[in-house]
Amino acid sequence: MQKFTSSSLAQSFDRRSFVVGAVQGGIGLLLAARMGYIAVAENEKYEMEAESNRVNLSLIPPRRGWILDRNGSPLASNRADFRVDIIPERLVDPQATVATLSNLLGFDPTERQDLSDKLDKAAGFQPVQVADGLDYDTFAAISVRLPELPGVIPTRGFSRFYPTGPSVGHLIGYVGAASREEYELEPVPLLVTPGFKLGKDGLEQQFEQTLRGEPGARRVEVTASGRIVRDLDMREDVQGKAIQLTIDGPLQDYAARRIGLESGSVVVLDCLTGDLLCMASMPSFDPNSFSDGIGRVEYQMLSANERVPLRNKVLKGLYPPGSTVKPMVAMSFLEAGLDPMEATSCGGGLRVGNRVFHCWQRGGHGHVDMAKGIYQSCDVYFYHFAQRLGMDVIAPMAKRCGMGQEFPLPVASQFFGTVPDPAWKLQKYGTPWAGFDTVNATIGQGYMLANPLQLAVMASRLATGNTVMPRLMLDGKKPTFGSMNFHGDHVQVIQQAMSDVVNGPGTAGRARLPIENVLMAGKTGTAQVVSLNVGGGRGGQWKYRDHGLFIFFAPFDKPRYAGAVVIEHGGGSGAAYPIARDVMTFLFDPAKGLEALHAMEKQWGGTAQERLAADYARFATAAGLDLPPAPADPATIARLVDAEARAAAEPSALASQPVTPRPEAEPSAVPLAPSRPAGGGGAAGR
Amino acid sequence: MSAGILPAPLRGIPWRVLLPLTLLVCFGAAVLYSAAGGSLQPYALSHLIRFSVFLVVALVISRLPRELVQFVAYPGYAGVLLLLMVVEAIGAIGGGSQRWIDLGFMSLQPSELMKPCVVLVLAKFYSSLPPGLAGSWRALVPAGLLVGFPMLLVLVQPDLGTALAITFGGVCVMFLAGLPMRWFVGGGLAAAVAAPLAYFFVLHDYQRARVTTFLDPESDPLGTGYHITQSKIAIGSGGLTGKGFGQGSQSHLNYLPEPHTDFVFATMAEEWGLFGGLLVLLVFGIVLRWGWTVARRAPDRFSSLLAGGMTWTIFFYVAINLLMVMGLAPVVGIPLPFMSHGGSSMMTNMICIGTLMMIERWSRRPGGSGALA
Repeated sequence: MQKFTSSSLAQSFDRRSFVVGAVQGGIGLLLAARMGYIAVAENEKYEMEAESNRVNLSLIPPRRGWILDRNGSPLASNRADFRVDIIPERLVDPQATVATLSNLLGFDPTERQDLSDKLDKAAGFQPVQVADGLDYDTFAAISVRLPELPGVIPTRGFSRFYPTGPSVGHLIGYVGAASREEYELEPVPLLVTPGFKLGKDGLEQQFEQTLRGEPGARRVEVTASGRIVRDLDMREDVQGKAIQLTIDGPLQDYAARRIGLESGSVVVLDCLTGDLLCMASMPSFDPNSFSDGIGRVEYQMLSANERVPLRNKVLKGLYPPGSTVKPMVAMSFLEAGLDPMEATSCGGGLRVGNRVFHCWQRGGHGHVDMAKGIYQSCDVYFYHFAQRLGMDVIAPMAKRCGMGQEFPLPVASQFFGTVPDPAWKLQKYGTPWAGFDTVNATIGQGYMLANPLQLAVMASRLATGNTVMPRLMLDGKKPTFGSMNFHGDHVQVIQQAMSDVVNGPGTAGRARLPIENVLMAGKTGTAQVVSLNVGGGRGGQWKYRDHGLFIFFAPFDKPRYAGAVVIEHGGGSGAAYPIARDVMTFLFDPAKGLEALHAMEKQWGGTAQERLAADYARFATAAGLDLPPAPADPATIARLVDAEARAAAEPSALASQPVTPRPEAEPSAVPLAPSRPAGGGGAAGR
Repeated sequence: MSAGILPAPLRGIPWRVLLPLTLLVCFGAAVLYSAAGGSLQPYALSHLIRFSVFLVVALVISRLPRELVQFVAYPGYAGVLLLLMVVEAIGAIGGGSQRWIDLGFMSLQPSELMKPCVVLVLAKFYSSLPPGLAGSWRALVPAGLLVGFPMLLVLVQPDLGTALAITFGGVCVMFLAGLPMRWFVGGGLAAAVAAPLAYFFVLHDYQRARVTTFLDPESDPLGTGYHITQSKIAIGSGGLTGKGFGQGSQSHLNYLPEPHTDFVFATMAEEWGLFGGLLVLLVFGIVLRWGWTVARRAPDRFSSLLAGGMTWTIFFYVAINLLMVMGLAPVVGIPLPFMSHGGSSMMTNMICIGTLMMIERWSRRPGGSGALA
């Protein structure tokens, strides 16, 4: 045990005070070293962090590049816009904010519910659009109440504007705020900047990087609570580059409107350059209203519509081409050495083995040569020579003419259909080619499927004898096409026969252009939808009615324009060729074309855009608030539609019998619904 | 300062300490001026006024006779303890945790006053304890009670920083008083065992969060780790020479929490850089070195323990505060002496300075009982 005395304690004090002092000095040195380390060695890192605290870089969304038609008119432009967004994570009281904004903006209960839903689903950092296209007074009213609305951001910017709305919906697509997936794919700050929209579909999506431009930026000094102290500097945005299409804006709009209440598509292309002048697909959606994100009413309206307004039918609608393949089949016969004057006799049907294949004209066409086979669309003529020449003649010609072909166009996807031949069938179904398969193929039924663009290309290649390739982008170069190498006067034979369809004793006399000196050539087609003869193809349920098709070119002897019209479930070619006639009339004489359109639109209840708005109002009143909310990203809906479309594009089942051809319209106004006995495919029974 | 130039009453004043100290306070006032956005109000002016007032108090203390100081040790301790209980009672009645009494020109925290009081009472206790008993329980238990009781009162306020300061002040005096080394080693081991237990069972949630955050500030950069992170950014971005007077963005744009009190050093370092920081460390070094010189030259056991304890008290403030702002210690609410805006800490530290001056005077005139000369 240690002994303590006064002096030992005094000594111990001296010792220990020295120790404590040394410890303190040590800590002092530690502090100095630590501070030196932070302030000198790590200075750069902390300086950067201090700067990133202090300076807030707010991006200014770039003005999007315009999309121009072939004449330089905008199909998509921008307009100055006052808008209001919400940054969800900065909201203090979402409910109160929604209530205040709804009052200020005059929202109805549906719109208010949509806004609440959007906020619930929002990712926090991502701005949620409340409204855009506001007038200045509303904008000002919100701006003055900002202090009580944290997280609400009113801005002046630009919004996308599509002057012709639904007419260009499928072609151009639409823009919208970036989704979470898109941001994860391309994690740049611009994508989550309020007011920034990127292309979601169509050309807007394909040319996103070209159209986007460079964002401007505003550097501001901010406090910790986000209050802006002062502007530091500002960089103007660089507008995105414009793209110019081969599309003729007015023609596109005309065609879209002319489709009217039907569901279908119109393609017109320039035979000399391949320029696509028009790719209209209706019914459509209004890309102007899609840019704000889809409301529940709009979504219900579009998804409940059996005419699939979200599908681009020009590229993704696949149809049995019906009799529109006959000129192509005839060309294959010619090239195989068939004399166009060689004839057969049509008695309303052709017996092959123990089966009878019917002609659409039960009474028969009598003596039929190639020209009559085309302009009267005689099925027996084609049955007869197809038996002789075989599918191996027809299928390669179909492919040369563009069927089953995918074209080099800037689109997300095109469905390219089927050109059946024996090898294909064996591979697909494991069964050998049958006689009736050839029979079906010669009249564009059975397994044969094509999209309207392919039909238009086929028309142009037959008309010109050149390998016309469609193009969508105008690049200042004039493309040159190789020859199809058709022999002799074969092209003229087809031209003349197709002219007779319209201008002679053919099936589409009412398609004659009301324009002097311009004769249009064409070919009608009526395609059966289901192998069953439900409802006879004309009346009955819409989705069982026959498709109406028409391919055409004009002028017939010196083809400049070619195209195709496909009207889904139009009941027959009679639904298609009047549209082709009016569209071509508009191309040569706009005034005359419009006159016809205005008269019709009066009956239909306005232009496509007006009808869409009216539909929306009607739908909204009927449905009220009880609708389920719309998906956050319209693109997902489009994908959904694609999936269905792809499934529908598969040839249904293995065909076991020939298709009974539908009656073609006749020049002298055939009575519309010649009801035929059910189970008209009598051949199958035997 | 040569004795010949100054008149007699000023001759006893330790100018070589008071001048750097005044410089430090003025520097502090400049930092507070900047922290207020270039304004004397509300921090800088009152900082200087308080310094002036407490400088007079310190000078008065320095004139006190040893007998008086020894005499008031126990009653003074008892009085402050009573105040501490009163505050506790008021807090309990008022339904909140009040730590201060409003004196009009400043709010007095009795817990602050307790820091020098504990040192004083322990110095008195050990000076009157017979040396032979230094190794027995009688040297430990009463002292433990004298420290433990106020410490518990402060801990329940709850004010972990001050409770630690009181405890360490007391332990330091015990250490200097020559108690057996094995007790401290044992105590240290016991604390090492008790700390985790205290962490889980005694500390409040917010105190626990501070410790967790200290161990890993990046774990919660926008929550409790925010303070440490922002403080390091302020110090680190200052670099060698700082961003310039009034140019600190961290403090001016409110990224730095408490830029005028606990984090005043970070505010300073951002604008004055490493040089400013070394200047501050230098002044504290001068003050503390002087404190130990006084303690070693002190005429008797009571005054040397008192001087050592007071020096330690100042040191503890400085060390914990600076370790905290540099991210080496958890965030505990301890201000930086002479620089932070706040009356109580200025009072405590000036009492310490005054006491040291007093002891220095005692050692110049051994046994001096001089009243104000």
